[in-house]
Amino acid sequence: MKKSTSKTMSPMGRRQFLKSSGGVALFIGASGLLPNLLSCTDTKGVQRELTKHDVTAWVRITEDGQITIYNPAAEMGQGSMTSLPVVFAEEMDADWSKVHVEFSPQEADMYGSPGWQPGTKLMFTVGSRTTNSYYSVMRKAGAQARYVLLHSAAAHWQVPVTELTTGPSAVIHEKSGQQIGYGALVPYLTMPETLPGFSETGLKDPKDFRLIGSPIPRTEIPEKVDGRALFAIDLRLPDMVYGVLERGPLHGASPTLTNEEDILAMEGVLKIVPFDYAIGVVANTLEAALSAKKALAIQWSDAQAKGFNSQEIYPVYAQMASAPQKGKTVNELGDMDRAWRTAAKTYEADFKNDYVYHAQMEPLNAVVQVAQDGQTAEVWVGSQQGPDTKLGIPGLLGIPHEAVKVHLQYLGGGFGRRSMNDFVLECGSLAQAMAPKPVKLVWTRQDDVTYGTFRPLTLQRLKASTDAQGNLTGFSHCVVGDGGNLVASGARNDHYAIPNQWVEWREASHGIRLKHWRSVGHGPNKFAIEALLDEVALDQGVDPIALRRKLMVNAPRALATLEKVAEISDWNAPLTEGRAKGVAFVEHGSLGTGVCEISVDRTSGTIKVHRFWIALDAGVVIQPDNVTAQMEGGVIMGISSVLKEQITVVDGQVQQRNYDDYQLLRMQEVPDSIETVILPSAEHPEGVGETATPMVAGAIANAFLRLTGKRLRHLPFTPERVLAALNS
Amino acid sequence: MATYSLNINGTSHEVDVAPGTSLLWVLREHLGLTGTKYGCGIAQCGTCTIHVDGNPVRACVVPVDTMAKGQQIKTIEGLSEKGDHPVQQAWITAQAPQCGYCQSGQIMQAVALLETNPNPSREEIKSYMNGVLCRCGTYLRILKAIEMAKEQTTKNS
Repeated sequence: MKKSTSKTMSPMGRRQFLKSSGGVALFIGASGLLPNLLSCTDTKGVQRELTKHDVTAWVRITEDGQITIYNPAAEMGQGSMTSLPVVFAEEMDADWSKVHVEFSPQEADMYGSPGWQPGTKLMFTVGSRTTNSYYSVMRKAGAQARYVLLHSAAAHWQVPVTELTTGPSAVIHEKSGQQIGYGALVPYLTMPETLPGFSETGLKDPKDFRLIGSPIPRTEIPEKVDGRALFAIDLRLPDMVYGVLERGPLHGASPTLTNEEDILAMEGVLKIVPFDYAIGVVANTLEAALSAKKALAIQWSDAQAKGFNSQEIYPVYAQMASAPQKGKTVNELGDMDRAWRTAAKTYEADFKNDYVYHAQMEPLNAVVQVAQDGQTAEVWVGSQQGPDTKLGIPGLLGIPHEAVKVHLQYLGGGFGRRSMNDFVLECGSLAQAMAPKPVKLVWTRQDDVTYGTFRPLTLQRLKASTDAQGNLTGFSHCVVGDGGNLVASGARNDHYAIPNQWVEWREASHGIRLKHWRSVGHGPNKFAIEALLDEVALDQGVDPIALRRKLMVNAPRALATLEKVAEISDWNAPLTEGRAKGVAFVEHGSLGTGVCEISVDRTSGTIKVHRFWIALDAGVVIQPDNVTAQMEGGVIMGISSVLKEQITVVDGQVQQRNYDDYQLLRMQEVPDSIETVILPSAEHPEGVGETATPMVAGAIANAFLRLTGKRLRHLPFTPERVLAALNS
Repeated sequence: MATYSLNINGTSHEVDVAPGTSLLWVLREHLGLTGTKYGCGIAQCGTCTIHVDGNPVRACVVPVDTMAKGQQIKTIEGLSEKGDHPVQQAWITAQAPQCGYCQSGQIMQAVALLETNPNPSREEIKSYMNGVLCRCGTYLRILKAIEMAKEQTTKNS
């Protein structure tokens, strides 16, 4: 492996390197010292650290050859604790067996990936952006670490650096036959005068990858099978107390507590902390806090949601979709109105979806400790982080960013819910009231459901037009619902060659808390798009795969996933009696086409998914088995939400409470198999966490249409709705 | 408050808690055995599954008062010394966990299954495991892991 040292490197001086790290520079001692945070304004201190230690901030090497790599992303089961360090280790040429992974400090200046705006940095594990946004960051940082090692060895041996190469965790000088391990090099490490900022071409040739793309077990799995893995809810600190909140029956309702004295007299209760929308109780044990929560007598104000009935809103949404004035344009291509007027045939259908809940297995919680003087704080939390890596605590307490230390823990599921830090702020307020005692805030499951933040309820009005030959000439998609991008994402059709397209959002608002839910608007929107395509296919007498093949004429990567899934699912083979297959395509960064095989119990109305196949193009794949796991999990979560999950609201109040009335898919309901084929690609990696889930609704509805000739257009496909469709 | 003596993972523990406190809070918050997780509090998710005299039990609905009669309580921490119980090894080989939060409960349920039925069919596994939820959707890998552990156990015996 050869690296260019001239054209591809833009020299970056020490000063510049520091500047790019913003207000705080972090240096990591090469000899096992703890991370050392220094203010950049302390120039003398910075100089001292620079001469004393050896960078980079992403890695720590000790003389025994052990290498610690820092993962900047949340680990919620998607595998960042392995994938990002693997990318770093690849470019550093580290011996993976010597690598240990820890979370990095939560400092975006140092550890962020490119943010939404050019020149900004972000630590935010959302939108399946982790591997996509950190791939180049980790490669360059790994290459810089290797550069430091190479130059230190060159200085140590007094040979030109161009004569050196690296093997797993060793610098090699072939000419003299010398070799030195990275650990042995530690005493000789020096910081080069300049650190190059590597461009793509200065990095490893992908054909030389040893780690990327190979089957590497996930680093954190052993501690997840013996109870050692720490989630924030597992934290126990000396002198820690427990907090709970009672929140209103209507989202945003304000409380008036009428039995404060009784509560304060309860055994173990330490303090009552009022919030605008809740009453907080702190007690010396969790059970005491929960007993007090139950005993609270609270009068609740009204709130916007009062009077709202979720299952009665669809006719209103349908009227809104029919109103002459258009909503906010999301996408416009060609002239849809003209395509509609001049069509040989037109199609129109409304699709609906009810609210769904995240149901991450670890209920929301956090531990916060505020110092006695209120000037510093520590946070232990499972968070998908955020634009403010200190999760709002500095603002809450009125203290500087650097006065808050966040200890990121494993997340017992995220799915978008932990990208909102309402629970961290709640815990911060309790901890402020209890300073300097650390407070553990726990949401009960009932809190988590009833005060949840849901994927919005929506109606999609879709229209399609065809010419006399049956070609799709126009496609229009009107989304009605609350939440902007939460309802509009995934409504575009960039991979289908339909010359006239129109996407718009018409806004509703009900005062129900909403949030990104795995794949966001893609779930309902891809369902509507893919289902309407199959309705067109059925009417035109065209095979659903053939219809999509024609539409993907300008999208070869998408088409390859379609062809591959048709092959592995044996699409054209005769079917078992009583079964049918359905197909759906999804783009969510990565491109994937899914096929399912289903049967229907016509007495109970239960749909059973027997098998699922996915062909995926995700660009370069770091960990193939982990991508497969994401497809499996995505399909299971998809089936769960499509067949079972439903939040309903009556007079503004969420009707579900726990897993008994918010049912998730269980072991006995899983398909026999989920098969994934990952297509080889040298393109930049794309996210895979949200590509499978939105395939499921369309694939099932399309299989159902082929099996029964009936249409399912309202998520979830509960037995009642399936029976209604069968009897229609 | 009352004092209870509990036999957990072969060791006797004394706790001083309010009567009626769930065994789950005692294990997690009073004794620091946090491998057993809280998920629902109403025995619907199985995340808090432990063994009482070898039987799988949802700790969230067991009042501590009922556990002070010398029953043998086993948690994930007591399953093996080095995390190398055949079921745990199979879990690693299958790369079963994603977020990992439900997996202690899944593993405890699976161990109880194989202890009572060393050679379960796929349908028997599904039925026995049906009470433990996994939101990440790792069910197929859990099935695979149990089938691998079953073969390992059968081979060893």
